[in-house]
Amino acid sequence: MADVVDRSVASEQAAPAPVRTSAWRRGPVGNPWRRPWLMEGFTWLYIVWSIVPIAIAVLFSFNSGASQGTWQGFSTKWYVGSQITSVLNNPELHSAVIQTIRLAILTTVICVPIGVGFAIGIDRWRTRTADGLNFVMIFSFVVPELLLAVALFMLVTQLLTSIGLGTEAEVAGLVVWNISWPAIIVRARLLSIGKTYEEAAADLGASRLGAIRRVLLPMLMPAIFASAVLVFASTVDDFVIVEQLSSTANTQPMSVLIYSNVHGGLSGPALNALATIMLVISLLAALVGWVAYRWFTRGERTAGSTDALTSIAGM
Amino acid sequence: MAAQRATQHRRTRWLWIGLAAPGAIWLIILFVVPFYVMLCVAGGGVNTFFQTAIPVWNPLNWSSANLTAVWHDIVGNGSYLGPLAFRTVVYTAIATVISMAIAYPVAYFVSRYAGRRKTLFLVLLIAPFWVSYMMRMLAWIDLLQQGGLFNKALSAIGLPGNTDWLGGKSVTVILGLVYGYIPYLILVLYAFLDRIDQSLLEAARDLGLNKWQTFWHVTLRLSKPALIAGTFITVLPMLGDYFTNQLLSAAPGTTMIGNAIEGLLNSPGQTGQGAVLSLMLLAVLVIPMIYYVMSTARASQEVA
Repeated sequence: MADVVDRSVASEQAAPAPVRTSAWRRGPVGNPWRRPWLMEGFTWLYIVWSIVPIAIAVLFSFNSGASQGTWQGFSTKWYVGSQITSVLNNPELHSAVIQTIRLAILTTVICVPIGVGFAIGIDRWRTRTADGLNFVMIFSFVVPELLLAVALFMLVTQLLTSIGLGTEAEVAGLVVWNISWPAIIVRARLLSIGKTYEEAAADLGASRLGAIRRVLLPMLMPAIFASAVLVFASTVDDFVIVEQLSSTANTQPMSVLIYSNVHGGLSGPALNALATIMLVISLLAALVGWVAYRWFTRGERTAGSTDALTSIAGM
Repeated sequence: MAAQRATQHRRTRWLWIGLAAPGAIWLIILFVVPFYVMLCVAGGGVNTFFQTAIPVWNPLNWSSANLTAVWHDIVGNGSYLGPLAFRTVVYTAIATVISMAIAYPVAYFVSRYAGRRKTLFLVLLIAPFWVSYMMRMLAWIDLLQQGGLFNKALSAIGLPGNTDWLGGKSVTVILGLVYGYIPYLILVLYAFLDRIDQSLLEAARDLGLNKWQTFWHVTLRLSKPALIAGTFITVLPMLGDYFTNQLLSAAPGTTMIGNAIEGLLNSPGQTGQGAVLSLMLLAVLVIPMIYYVMSTARASQEVA
């Protein structure tokens, strides 16, 4: 990684001198090291298109009027002020925020440990059964969410009726939908670490479990943290599974409430306020993940800021 | 000594099994079993009094009543599922092509030319990934509603500014799908393109290819796995999407197969047909899914 960076920097700096003459000589073919203005402009257009609508939606959550299209002055009434439709005072909006946070914490706390254990176990227990289980896990990663949600709905309404619809079913479904994040990310890290450190620990007298706890787990920490952040954020954002598995209004998280109120119901900037709270929670999780990733990989040569960024986005 | 080693080996094997067990059990009970229940509901009957589904647990007793009913809805006279499936495929195809056309140049630019500003660009590209889907759709509902900023901007430049964009327009739904799923596509493409060895491109130059030839013969060939993975990452969720069109149009003229599944599930007495339709969608998707899983597994083995 380090030498790749060096080379690209070097070619950037060294490029102009030989290039100017060859560009002149080659004529219409053009200078290959020229900055691609067209592509850069296109990229900026995409970025504006992807971010500006969201920024406007956040802005209108602070509108003092009920319009989402006409700015009528700054106000926090949709968050705390209004007695009827602010997030703080409206019981429906309020409980949706609580439910989202509850689901995100419960899912992360259950999903990450069992996903990490699954990754380590499958990686070392190399049998047909392990391969089969790994296949099922990756399959759960690519299956369309609606199909899994429908299947889970039928499970809890036909077979495991003692669970029933509600928070327990939502958590169970979210865990299975998200388990592939820690499993895939930790497995990839295990493959890149290899077995040498553990064997060295064993040679120095560590037990298997001791080697895992004192050598392997610390090395897996960046991957574990990155996947925890992904699980948390994807649970906050989840819609399909929680919509199918929620029952009463008490078990509806923010995403479901926004969906069911967009056409009528609690409309206006209160929904924008709710969405903005969701956004802040996700971004905070991303920030925590990024800082933690940088901290855990502080001694590693390959760790750069882009590495941490792409890792907490699951790449 | 050998016996001791065997004991040791057995003990560590149980350690690995023990570590994998909670996740494995969770996956079996909440991923494998649910799809079996779906089969049992699809092959089951209906309680004629309560109009609820009665699952049949024994495969030998499955009936084909639901399957026949759905099949008639797909191909029979006055069928409504056939056109819906066709529309789903058309929407998904157009949205995927548009997404690719936008995402590839962006990912290509950031991976190759961003230079020292790579971190800045990555933050901006990853940002939408952290914004929930609902928030992003809500943002467009705000903009596109009548009296919204988009119509105002149109009338400001002299175009008709009273179009009802949210009243059942295919173009709104397709662009909504693009907007919804493109952040994932860009990240996938970027991850692949960033790993292309720059020295291969330099070698192509040295061997006399111009920049278009280099792109065509080297970069594009090397991005084939990226294009395949990216297509999966956008097509699979789009085919199961039912909320984007519901949010951006809510008109019967833009419904997709996901809406049909949702609708059947929630109508009394038709849960079994919903199960059949879900299984049909799964059957269509299972081959590309297995292909994707296999290629992922192969890629991770190559890394190891």
